[in-house]
Formats: sequence, structure tokens, C-alpha cells
Amino acid sequence: MRCVLTEPFSGDVLISVNGETLLLDACGAAFSPAHSTLIFSDLHFEKGSSYARGRQFLPPYDTTNTLLRMARAIDRHKPARVIALGDSFHDAQAADRLGAEERGMLEAMGKGATFVWITGNHDPHPPAWLGGEIAETYQMGGLTFRHEPLAAFQPGEVAGHLHPCASVAKWGRSVRRRCFVSDGLRLILPSFGAYTGGLDVGETAIASLFAGPFHAYMLGNSRVYAIPRRVAV
Amino acid sequence: MLPPTSDRQPSEAKAWAARLPKEFQQWFASRGWQPRAHQLALVDHAARGGSVLLVAPTGGGKTLAGFLPSLVDLAGRPKRSRKSALHTLYISPLKALAVDVARNLDTPIAEMDLSVTVETRTGDTPTARRQRQRHTPPDILLTTPEQLSLLVAHPRAPQMFESLKTVVLDELHALTNSKRGDLLALGLARLSTLAPAHRRVGLSATVKDPAPLQRFLVPQPMTGEALSALVIAQGGARPQIDISTSDSYVPWAGHLARHAMLDVMAAIHTAKTALVFVNTRSQAERTFQELWAINDANLPIALHHGSLAPEQRRKVEAAMAKGSLRAVVCTSTLDLGIDWGAVDKVICIGAPKGAARLVQRIGRANHRLDEPSAALLVPANRFEVLECTAARDAVLAGELDGDRLKAGGLDVLAQHILGTACAAPFDAAALFAEVRSAAPYAHLTQSDFDAVVNFVATGGYALKSYDRYARLRKNEQGLYRLAHPRIAQEYRLNAGVIVEDPMVDIKLQSRGKPTGSGGRRLGQLEEYFIEQLSPGDTFVFSGQVLRFEGLRETGAFVTKSSDPSAEIPSYNGGKFPLSTFLAQRVREMVSNPHDWHKLPEPVQEWLKIQEWRSVIPQPGQLLVETFPRGNRQYLVCYPFEGRLAHQTLGMLLTRRLERGRYKPLGFVANEYALAVWAARDMRDADMDALFDEDMLGDDLDSWLADSNLYKRTFRNCAIIAGLIQRKFPGKEKTGRQVTFSSDLIYDVLREHEPDHVLLRATYADAGTGLLDIARLGDMLARVKKRIVRRSLDRVSPLAVPALLEIAREMVAGEADEAILRENEDALIRDAMRVD
Repeated sequence: MRCVLTEPFSGDVLISVNGETLLLDACGAAFSPAHSTLIFSDLHFEKGSSYARGRQFLPPYDTTNTLLRMARAIDRHKPARVIALGDSFHDAQAADRLGAEERGMLEAMGKGATFVWITGNHDPHPPAWLGGEIAETYQMGGLTFRHEPLAAFQPGEVAGHLHPCASVAKWGRSVRRRCFVSDGLRLILPSFGAYTGGLDVGETAIASLFAGPFHAYMLGNSRVYAIPRRVAV
Repeated sequence: MLPPTSDRQPSEAKAWAARLPKEFQQWFASRGWQPRAHQLALVDHAARGGSVLLVAPTGGGKTLAGFLPSLVDLAGRPKRSRKSALHTLYISPLKALAVDVARNLDTPIAEMDLSVTVETRTGDTPTARRQRQRHTPPDILLTTPEQLSLLVAHPRAPQMFESLKTVVLDELHALTNSKRGDLLALGLARLSTLAPAHRRVGLSATVKDPAPLQRFLVPQPMTGEALSALVIAQGGARPQIDISTSDSYVPWAGHLARHAMLDVMAAIHTAKTALVFVNTRSQAERTFQELWAINDANLPIALHHGSLAPEQRRKVEAAMAKGSLRAVVCTSTLDLGIDWGAVDKVICIGAPKGAARLVQRIGRANHRLDEPSAALLVPANRFEVLECTAARDAVLAGELDGDRLKAGGLDVLAQHILGTACAAPFDAAALFAEVRSAAPYAHLTQSDFDAVVNFVATGGYALKSYDRYARLRKNEQGLYRLAHPRIAQEYRLNAGVIVEDPMVDIKLQSRGKPTGSGGRRLGQLEEYFIEQLSPGDTFVFSGQVLRFEGLRETGAFVTKSSDPSAEIPSYNGGKFPLSTFLAQRVREMVSNPHDWHKLPEPVQEWLKIQEWRSVIPQPGQLLVETFPRGNRQYLVCYPFEGRLAHQTLGMLLTRRLERGRYKPLGFVANEYALAVWAARDMRDADMDALFDEDMLGDDLDSWLADSNLYKRTFRNCAIIAGLIQRKFPGKEKTGRQVTFSSDLIYDVLREHEPDHVLLRATYADAGTGLLDIARLGDMLARVKKRIVRRSLDRVSPLAVPALLEIAREMVAGEADEAILRENEDALIRDAMRVD
């Protein structure tokens, strides 16, 4: 068995979606400098305790972990607005299971930026105490934000829901990571929640959204790597 | 079970024989047999009521020896007072073996007309019969460790086992010192509580040190240790071991032994039936192909390995039992198992890895104690010539390798604790005492036990609690009880400690069909192997060259390839690393030029030029060579500690070299050596500091955080401990889904609660498992201040195999073969040039 070490380097990846410039952060969030807006998707708060109800005792630290990573990204980009693209809560009771500390962290974030909570299939009714705006879709410049991408083609759509992942194989090793997916007209964000798994970009649910070539932007340790993908004929 | 026949026995054996009941004496006589001394010794021990370990070579009538006391006891029962009660429990590592033993027991029982009932119980036993066995058990029940833990986890366990007199543990050497051994030990500890008077009989192949097995057999006291009695059967005939070596050509690297296939074929021709052992599945596939390419006589030669579809394996086994095959190419799947009387030759291709393993394999030929087993060892490269020679010398000298003893796993304990609660509410203090009586857990601390109980009850997290979803709750008497009856159902679905790598079905479809439609299932391959393939790649599986078309939800789809030679190498090394004992013997042989005359000419020349160009390390020393080649700088060392330990060493060394600004670029590890390449010359590196034991501190910790092997170790622990359930009532989670989520859990747990009991269990596993940290630690301690360094102007002969491995792993595909061959020639020329 063999291992090749690569030089770590960092850098921001900027892409254009329907004419809007977005910065893809290696943590899995997207940032719009023009609108000072930071976008997260599929936070799935309290997924761990949701499994615990079925007596699978996953470490109960997923919400804290997700919030800490959110806070770091907010600290980096200092956005005026934060959009959560739906499925922020893993189930309808998830918000009630939040610990006091986690709720405090959420409220503190809400003080520094205006939140937009897009509703998702896991959280059609986010709790009112969250503050900010709760909406099914949200419009910002050339971009339309919604949880689940529409099968009908719509330029400027930014969505989540699918938890895209991609893998690359080289030197007998394969690396699988979460990724952004875009063809320049629409963008699918990776899931941000600590316990969220993934769906391969080659699967029909993702690939069928793109008529032509697209890129998977895989999350590295300190930067995003663009991997071209072709639609299978 | 085979005839215990022998014409001459010690006279005292005759005296003992007279003590057998008359019907048994007559039966032995009717077959023309005399009981062997060790068989009678076991009857004697049974009369005294103590537990005993029988160590006997293959063909020694071991199984009959194990059952003889039970049959004698059962035959002597008053006929009228019989009610259905379990008398003897037999446990074997393989369900096929249990079934085979049941069949063999039928003969003496029928011929002596004993009224003794024998049944098997495995995963294949129909539910109705399993239920009936709990209420109306047979006299003798034959089963596996997994079934035992399910049986003791049942509320009816006390009634079922109250009559138990004897437990027979077959192939005990293959069961202990593993997670299955831990599970078995805990099940036996439970039986000690349910049937305190029962005795145990352990049956084992020859082992270096029987004491750990003797401890395993009897309950351990709170202080000190207890041992069972020991009976050692007389040794069998010395095996006949040949090594296939050509004096003109011995390959420098590779594991396929292509050059020796004509020798192998010739050996098959002279045998009635041959077993051809190889070390990995992909080697089995390649060897099978190579043999058929030269099988001009069209001999019936079959293939057997764990990834083939079960029905395909059963077919081969049936043909083997009928004696209609001349050879079977197989992996360790046939190391143990049922007797095939017709096998008269064992051929081992590649490295034997350990002397005990070699003895086990050789013993598969000729299950007659008095006739020598015949074996042919076929080394595939120069290092393997050394290893085969060392292994043969060790076996002929009767020396075997010992195992590093590991403590019982906390993950297995978690599973057992949940099982215990499924049977009945338990008292924690009583259970702690019971668990400590099992040898692998004799040194378990109270705090570790409490941590595992908490883990089972609520996850055992320090900073946040799942109290309200608890699996175990304390009742009014202070006993732990199941919080919900469904938990018992979930336990039964997920019990067991064998965790498979995530596997993908391989489906063969016709060419031209759209990928993913239809397809015949050929078997399964590890997911990590499939993930490395791109559509169009070809590989060998199930005896044919296949073209990979694509991975879909339902499996990996392939078509038949027309290209007979294309190949994607499989990086899966053997499961078993070179044993410490054999490594020691190989190092001694290399260091002693007087021993070299035993070796083929090209191997002698190789070592002589190494001695002249660089140095031959002395025992206890570690040779580290540095040299330039192409535009790279190399550092090669030769610890001989097995690929796993070298891999870990490589990860840690490159971290240190990086800090030392040597710009390491990569490394490759094999069973004998580790080669690191870098942009800067490493000759001036402080080798003593580089190889210092302190690398097992912080460097190890920070590397483990990201290591895939470590994450795989965690996944196994998490599944066994029940953190992740493999199956839910009504639906099954596939291995592929489990892997991804276990990595996420690992990351979160490591960041937020690094001392959690499951991470401690993982670390303990890594010490002996996939990372072999314990062995690496021993090696670093051994070579401290004994590092011999050589700064060379070019590659040394000893370094060639490791460097070839680099080339092999980087270049794939037939078109590149020519380039590779030229590189190989140039490399060898440079290494062996005498100037």
C-alpha cells in the first residue's frame, strides 16, 4: 500500500451562478459578497437525539458541532444575512430537544445577522422563536432559494435537500467528500449538519437536474476542488 | 472424526481400555481399533470431573476423544428415567464443521445402538426446530459461539442449561484471542452461573504455549489464575516439506509465482487430490487462471474463496467430498474445516506468514496420524524464499509462533451485557464478578465495567445524557432490566462479532445491455476495491476477466471481457501479517552467511552482493539505507515486521521527515521493508531521533485522527457494541450506508469526548489489529541505539523488491508493461553491478 503526500494550500473558489458571483467555502457554505449573504443547507439539528429516540445512542454533540462550524463561518465572512436552505431541524420535535446552550448559540447568531429560514421536508414549520424570516422560497438578485430543486429547469435556483457527495480515485485510493454541484445556472449545496450522509452526484436524482456538463466542487480541508462531471448518456 | 486406530499402544492404555463399558470395547474391537492413550486419558479426566485441554495433531482422533466421555456417560444412564435434558454442548468455529461432526457421531451411536440424540443448531436451522430445542433439547447439541450467546441471552436459558454436564470446544486455538473468543468466553462464564458443575473439554491443534487455552477453559479466580488439566497426544509423523525453487530464476517481487506454475501443475499430476493455498482472493483468481492456461490434461481444478457466491462454494465442497476434483485453489477459507480423506498433497503458494499457519495447512493433507503429510511450498519472490525456508526449518524443528495475548474487547462486553439483560434483569456486581471469571476479562477494572454498562444503558456520554431513551433501567430491586421488550428483538438481529467490510454485489450482464439492468450475481467484492475502478477497467473475478461497467444502487455491473490479460491490481494484502516468530527466524537466516548454502543460487548471489555493497544487518539491528535514484532521494529500512506495522511506521516517519524539511513525497510498505522517497537527501537525518519510540505519542495521535484504517476499526467496534445497528426488525441497513455514518460519528465523538469508552475500545483494537501499533512499539524498542545506516551512491540489492513495488503500484495496464520491465531491468542492473 502506498501513500502520496500533497502540499496543502488554500484559496477561495469563486463561481458564477446565473450571473451572481458566489464564493464556495471549504466548510460547505456559500457566500455572496455582493449581497453580504451566507448560505447553509440541511443543518439537521438534533439528528443524533432523533436516533436516540430509537435507542441508537449516537454522540449527542452533533448540534453543538454544527453550530460551532456555523459560527466560525459567520465570523469569517461577517454576513448581514444568513440563509438556511431548509431541513434545519431533523424532525418536528427537534427544536424542543435543543439544550439551553445550543439555543443560546442560535439566538446569539440571530443578533448579528438577519436569518432567513427556508422550510424543508423535515421542518415544514420551524419554531417561531428563531426570529428572522420563515419562507418557502426567497429571492435575492438573480438567485431563487428553495429547499428542494425543481425538476423543471429554472436558472438561478439555489437549493439543498440532496446532500451531494462525489468521489475521486487515484493511486489506488478513493476519496469521497461532500460537494457543491453547479453548471453555472443552478447550484446545489452540500449538507452542513454533522451527521448528514450523502448521495453520489452520479445518481439520477442529482445528475438528471443538469442538461449538460457540470462541476462537483468537493470540500477539501482548507479549499474546494472543482471536478468536472459529464452527464452519463 | 476419524479412526483412532493404531496397532501398538502403551500397555497402560490397554488397562484403561478395560475400564470402558463393554459395548464400547466391543465397538472398538469390531472396527479393528484400539482406543488411543489420549482418548482414554480424557475418559479418565471426565471421571474425576475436571476440565481438560487436549492438544493433538491433525488425524489424532481428537473429536472422538472429546465426545467419548459424554457417550460413555449417556450410555450408562438408566433407560427408564430419561427426560429430555441437554447433556453435552459442542462448539466449533465453523458451522460446516458442526454439521460434519454430527454426521460422524451418528456412526458409533448407531453401531453401538445407543439411545443418544444429537442435533445441530446454526444460523441455517429452521426457526421451529430452534424453538423446540429450547424446550426439548437433544442430549448432545452442536453449535457455534454466536448461537451460544443467543441461547444464553434467552429467558429460558436457566432451564435449558441446568442439566448441562460437558462443553466440548473444538479447534479452540482458532477461537481464542479474538473477538469471537471474547464472545465465547463471556457465554461460557454465563454457563458457569447457570450450570456450575459442568466441565469443559478443549480440543486444540499443536500450539507453542497451551497455558492461555488452559486458562480460557476454566473460571478464573479474583486473584491469581487457574488452569485446566492438560493432555498432549503423541506427535504424528514428520511432514514431508519441499520448496519449489529454480536455480536459474527467482523473481525479485510480486506474489503470483507465475514462474513456478509448471512445478505446481506437475505436483497436482502426482497427487490424488491437492489443495492449493494462496494468501489473498485476487491471488486465488490469478493462480486459478494460470493453472487452467497450462491444464493440457484438462484435470478438474476448482476455485474456492470467501467472495464467491455461497451456492458456488457449496458446489465445490460437494465435488470435493465426492472425490471428483484433482485440485482446489483456495484461500484461508479452507484452513479449517471438514476432513477430506482424499487430500494427499498441500501446495502453498507465496509466503507462509507463520509456522503454526503452515502446520495447520499442511495438516489438511492426509488425516492419518501415522502417515507423513506431503507439502510443497512455492515462494513467489526472493524474500518469500527466505520466509519459506525459515518456516520449513521451524516446522521440522517443532517450533511454533505464539500470539500476543489481547485483553477482552469492551465492545464485545457491551454486546454481552445487553444480551444478559435480554435473558433476565441482572445485578451489576454479580455480573462484574461473572465477567471477571472469563480469562480474557480477568483484569477488567470496575470503572471500565461501569463505563460499558452506562454505554449500554444510555450511551454513556459525559456531557449530555440520553437518560429518557434508556435501553436499560434499574428496577425496584436495583437490577438492570430491559426498558422495552423490543430491545431483545433488536439484540437478536444484531448479535455477533464478525463485521464484514462493506461489500458490493458483482452482477454479470450481457454486453450491449444498459448498465444496471438484470445481471447474474457472481459474488461480492469489497466496496473500497470497486470504488477505485473506472468504467472500462478490467479485473479478474470468479475465474474470468471482467470489464467494469458501473456502480449502481443494486450492485457493480460487469460484462465479460475479451482481453485476457488486462488487470487492475488488488491492493488487498493478505489478512495475516508475517508472524513475529517467523520474522525473527528470517532475520537470523539473513544475518548468518553460513546458512545461505540452503538457498537457491540467485538468492545467495543477491545476499552476497548486498553484503559487499552495503551491509547485512546483524540480529537486533535495523539497517537504514539512503541513496538517490532518478531525481528522487530514497530511505529504505528493513524491520521485517509485516506490512501493517510498516504501513503505520511509514505514516509516522513521513510526518517526522516533513517536520525535518526533507520534503517526503510518498512511501511504500511490504512485509519486509519500508521505502520512503523525498525531494531532499535524507543521509544526514538523525536516524536515532527519527526512529525514536516517542513517535508513538503525539505523532500517532494526530495521524490516527484521520486514518482510514482507524476509522474502519472504530466502525467495527461501534457495530459490535451496538452503537450502530446493522439490522432493524423488518429492514436491513446495508454495509455501504453504515460506513459513511460511522465516519461522521467518529469525527464528532473524537472532537467532543475523546475519552469515550468506544474510542478506548478502538484504540485497544488498533494495537493488535489493522495498525499493529503494539508490534511497531516492540520493534522500535528493540532497535533503539542499534540502527545501522548506510549512505549509498545507488540502490542496494535488498532495496530492489520494495522499489519494484512502487513501480508496480503506480503503473497499471498492459501497455505500460514494457516500460515497467525496462525499469525493472535497469534497477536490478544498477543494484547488482559490482563496481
